[in-house]
Amino acid sequence: MSDSHKAPHVDMLRSPLGRARGLGSARAGSHHWWAQRLTAIALVPLTLWFICGAIRMTGASRAEVADWLSSPLTLTLMLALVIGTFHHLQLGLQIVIEDYVHKESTRLTAVLAMKAACILLALACIISVLRLGL
Amino acid sequence: MRDVRDALMVARNTDGKLVRRPLSPHIQVYRWPISMALSIAHRISGVGLGVGTLLLTWWLVAAATSDAAFATVQSFMGSAIGILLLFGWSAALIFHLFSGIRHLVWDAGYGFDAPDYNTSGWAVVIATVVVTVVVWAVGLMAW
Repeated sequence: MSDSHKAPHVDMLRSPLGRARGLGSARAGSHHWWAQRLTAIALVPLTLWFICGAIRMTGASRAEVADWLSSPLTLTLMLALVIGTFHHLQLGLQIVIEDYVHKESTRLTAVLAMKAACILLALACIISVLRLGL
Repeated sequence: MRDVRDALMVARNTDGKLVRRPLSPHIQVYRWPISMALSIAHRISGVGLGVGTLLLTWWLVAAATSDAAFATVQSFMGSAIGILLLFGWSAALIFHLFSGIRHLVWDAGYGFDAPDYNTSGWAVVIATVVVTVVVWAVGLMAW
């Protein structure tokens, strides 16, 4: 905590209720956790499918990649994989940042920058996959 | 000391002096149980896979851009550094997949007993090694 370098002493005590009051609604508390599990479940079959696809695409030419993505099924699964992966990634990285960055301004900046990067990378992947497959 | 969380972190020692309690975990003191190592590895592999999405994005964007851009990314993937990155990325992906399934089973409420989580931990390690080797054997044959 902020005064951890000083010799320990007690100058004030607050109850847990007093601490929590005024910090806003707790209603959205489980949403992050639940979204992380749902994307994880979706990514299990999608990742297995992607590993098979990646093996098929080793050493493939550009035309072969476009041909693979031109199937509506492949295109659908690839888009689902990209969206699921980046959503799961930003949820996970947010927890990592919040665990290790303690200064509030730095933490907020890092989380927002990370989310912006994830959105831009996801969009770049989606546009590229659509351009190849459509 | 400003709140109750800080108050819980102090106690009196045998001389009656107020001292700060030691923080856990003592990573350098503990024997490393399999679950502790895998928990840390799950987080590290997750962050690594995040960096690895740059590789996937580069590959997809290059394929959608031009033959020259795609040739650049393909030659990088085929270089020694590229193969090392791909190997690390695939191993991290396969590990995070199996370790993630283990976490989902825990979330469903199963596998919390000591023999169970030790067995499932080693099963994750063995499955990761076997599947990574199989994927690379098949991949190198197809290359």
